[in-house]
Amino acid sequence: MLKIETWKLAVVGILCALGFAFAAPNLLNSDTAGALPDFLPKSQINLGLDLQGGSHLLLEVEVGVVVKERLESLVDAIRTELRKERILYGGLGASATGVNVTIKNAAEAEKAYDIIRKLDVGFETNLGDSGHIVMNLTEQALKERRVAAVEQSIEIVRRRVDPQGIKEPTITRQGDDRILLQVPGEDDPEKLKKLLGQTAKLTFHLLDDKGSLADAMAGRVPPGSMLLPSVDEYDSLGKPRMYLLKKRVAVSGDTLVSASLGFDQGNRPAVNFRLDAVGGKKFADITRQNLGKPFAIVLDKKVISAPTIQGIIPGGSGQITSGSFTTESAKELSLLLSAGALPAPLTVLEERSVGPGLGADSVEAGKIASIVGLVLVVAFMIIYYGRLGVFANIALAMNMVLIVALLSAFGATLTLPGIAGIVLTIGMAVDANVLVFERIREELRTGRGVMSAVDAGYKRAFGTIMDANITTLIAAALLFAFGSGPVQGFAVTLAFGIMSSMFTAIWVTRILVSIWLRRTRPTTLIV
Amino acid sequence: MRIKLLPEHPNFGFVSKRMIFFAFSALLVAASIGLFFTKGLSYGIDFTGGIMIEVRTPAPNQIGEMRSKLNQLDLGSIELQEFGAPDDILIRIPAQEGGEKANQAAVNAVKVALGDGIEYRRTELVGPKVSDELFWNGMYAVVSAILAILVYIWFRFEWQFGLGAVIALSHDVITTIGVFSLIQHEFNLATVAAVLTIAGYSINDTVVVFDRVRENLRKYKTKPMDELLNQSANETLSRTVMTSLTTLLALIALYFLGGEIIRDFAFAMIWGVVIGTYSSVCLAVPLLLHMGVQRRTMEEEETAEQQS
Repeated sequence: MLKIETWKLAVVGILCALGFAFAAPNLLNSDTAGALPDFLPKSQINLGLDLQGGSHLLLEVEVGVVVKERLESLVDAIRTELRKERILYGGLGASATGVNVTIKNAAEAEKAYDIIRKLDVGFETNLGDSGHIVMNLTEQALKERRVAAVEQSIEIVRRRVDPQGIKEPTITRQGDDRILLQVPGEDDPEKLKKLLGQTAKLTFHLLDDKGSLADAMAGRVPPGSMLLPSVDEYDSLGKPRMYLLKKRVAVSGDTLVSASLGFDQGNRPAVNFRLDAVGGKKFADITRQNLGKPFAIVLDKKVISAPTIQGIIPGGSGQITSGSFTTESAKELSLLLSAGALPAPLTVLEERSVGPGLGADSVEAGKIASIVGLVLVVAFMIIYYGRLGVFANIALAMNMVLIVALLSAFGATLTLPGIAGIVLTIGMAVDANVLVFERIREELRTGRGVMSAVDAGYKRAFGTIMDANITTLIAAALLFAFGSGPVQGFAVTLAFGIMSSMFTAIWVTRILVSIWLRRTRPTTLIV
Repeated sequence: MRIKLLPEHPNFGFVSKRMIFFAFSALLVAASIGLFFTKGLSYGIDFTGGIMIEVRTPAPNQIGEMRSKLNQLDLGSIELQEFGAPDDILIRIPAQEGGEKANQAAVNAVKVALGDGIEYRRTELVGPKVSDELFWNGMYAVVSAILAILVYIWFRFEWQFGLGAVIALSHDVITTIGVFSLIQHEFNLATVAAVLTIAGYSINDTVVVFDRVRENLRKYKTKPMDELLNQSANETLSRTVMTSLTTLLALIALYFLGGEIIRDFAFAMIWGVVIGTYSSVCLAVPLLLHMGVQRRTMEEEETAEQQS
C-alpha cells in the first residue's frame, strides 16, 4: 500500500497534469484562448444553445414532392411522345410511385412500350395484357432521389444562411429526410424561417393563349396547361388574379447564375438576374419566337408578373419587376434566387430558441448551484471523515477539473441539463471514496493495523465501486442513445463525471493517503 | 468536529419488518398506477406537441392583461403562469389543428397580440411528428435501461439478485411517475432523463448492498439467511446513508439555485434518491429472502473459480 510503483505515480501525475492543461483555456476569454500557440490545448467548453442563446430548427424535406414532380414530368413526356407517334392511349396518370398508361391499339403496345421504356431511367417498366403499361420507380432510384434531395437541400440552406453574417451556424443531416439547423446567437427564428420557407423555384412559362381562362377556372384546364394565381394582382372580388400558362417550362431557373437588387426605369425596386450560356440562348430563342406575347415569371407556383415580350433579350440578362416589391423583399428574393431553389419544401418540425438573457441567467444559476453544492459536499466530507475527507475533497476538485478538461478536449456541448449532470456528479463522485473509507473503518474495527486496514479498504471496495458505477454508465449510455439535444448533453457530462470520479476517487486519493501515511506513520487512524 | 449519523454497529430490523415495507411499497405502487390512470401525467410539449413561450414583461403582474389579449386569439386553452418571478411568464399553447404550419401561425399571432416591449426569453415549438417520436424514444430508453441493468446484474450476480434489483428499480420508477401524477408537475424530456438517472442511482445503491450480501454468503456459511441479509444491509448502511446525503446536498442546491427550468428535474432526482435509498435497503435485500438465493451455488461457483 505504502509503496506505489513509480510508473503508476507517473501515469496519475501525467493524467492530472493533462487535465489541468486541457481545462485551463476555459479560464481565458475566447479571443486569448484562440490566440494560443498550436501546441497548447486551446479548445474551450462549447456552450449549448440553451446557455448562450440561439435557435434550433429541425426541418423536414418533403421528399414526396420531389418524387411527385418527377412522375408528373414523366407523364408529360409520355403524352408528348405518344402524340408525336400518333399512338392512341388512355388512363395516363401518376400513382404514388409510378405512372400508368393503357395503349388502345394492342398492335402498337410493343412500340409504345419501347418508346416509354427509354424515356427515363430508374423505373421498372412492365407491359401487361391489353396494352397496360406500368412504370414504377425502383426502390434504389427512390432512395437515390431522397438522398440527393436532402443533400441538395442542406447545400441550399447553407447558401441561404451563410450570407446572413451569422456566426458558426451548424447544418447537419438527421435521419433520412431531416436537417438540423442550429444558429448560436440568433434568438429570432422568424428570420430564419422566412429565409427557408420558400423553395424559391423560378421558372418562365409562355401563356396558354388558345385555352379559355374562364373554362379553366370552371375546372376544365386543357392538358398541358396549368392555372396559377398571381402574387400581388387581385380581381374585383379581392381574389388573386389567375393566369393560364403552358405547363412546359420555357426557361428554367436552374440556369440562373446570379441575381441582385436593381431598380427599374421608374426607380422601383426590382431583381436583376443573369442566366448561364445555355439558359441565355434559350431565353433569346423564346423571346425571338414569341415577340409581342405575354411571358410569365413564376416563383413557387405563383406568377410574379407576366410582361409582354417587347424585344429579343440576348445575353441572358433580365429583370423581374413586380408592383409589390420593396427594397427589402427584392433584396431577399435576389438572395434566394442566387442561393438556388430547394428541391422540395421544408417543414419546421421542431423549433426551440433561447434569448441571450435567459442563457446568461441559466449559466449564472448553474454556476451558483454548482459552487454551493460543492461547498456543502466538501464541508460534509470534512466533518464526517476528517483528514481522509480532505483527501476525498482534493480528489473531488480534481474530478471537476477533469470533467471540464474532457468536455473541452472532446468538443462536447455543455447544456443546461449538462450543468445538472455536473452538480449530480458532485454529489455522487464522493461515493467511491465513501465506499473505501467505510471499508477502512470496518477493517480497523476488526483490529487490523492502520496500514493493512487502509490497504484492505481500497482493495475490497474496488469491485463494488466498479459494479455500482457501471450500472450508472449503462443508464447514461441509453440516455445518450435515445435522448435528443440537451438530454444527450446531460448523458455526456454524467458519463464523463462517473469515469473521472472513479479515477480520482481510487487513484488520486490512494496516492495522497499513502504519501501521508508514509510521512507520519500513524498508529491509530480516526476515520 | 465529528458527527455520527448512525450508531457504530447499526442493527435495524430491515428483514424482520419486511412485511411492513412490502405492504407500504405495494400500496405506493398501487396508488401510483391508480393516479397514472385516473389523473394522468401533465405532459410537457416535448410529448404532446404545442408551443411554449417564456417572456419577461417590462413591469410585474401583467399576467391578467396578457391573458385577456391572448384569449381573443382562439388558439385553444392557453395557460399562463408565473415562472419564478412576477415579471416572468410562461405561456403554453396547445398543439394547433392543422399541424406544423398552424403552430407557426399561432406563434406569430401571439407575438403580434402581445406587442412590443416584451423580451422573448424562450420559444419552443414541437410539431406532432417529433413529439410522438420523443415520447416513444423516452419510453424505449426507460424500458431498455431496466432490461440492460437486469442483464448486467444477472451476469455479475445470480438471477435472483437481478430480479430483486429490477423489482426495486421498477418500484422507484413507478412511484416517481406516481408522484409526478399526484403533484401534476410537468413531465417532459428532462423528467425522463431524471427517471433514467434515478434508475442508475437506485441500482447503484442496490448493487453495493448486494455485493456485501454475496461476500457474506461466502464468509458465513451457516448463518441463517434472514440474519445474514439483515447484517449485510446494516453493514453497508452508513455508506448508503452517507452517499445519499451528499447527493441530496448537491441536488438541493440545484433545486433552489439552479433556475426555474431545471427545478422539475431536480425535484424528480431528490425524490428518486430518497425512494431509491429506501428501496435498496428495505425492498431489494429482504426480497432476496423470498427468491431462494442458493448458498450452494455460491460455493460451487467459488470452487469452480478456484479450480479454473
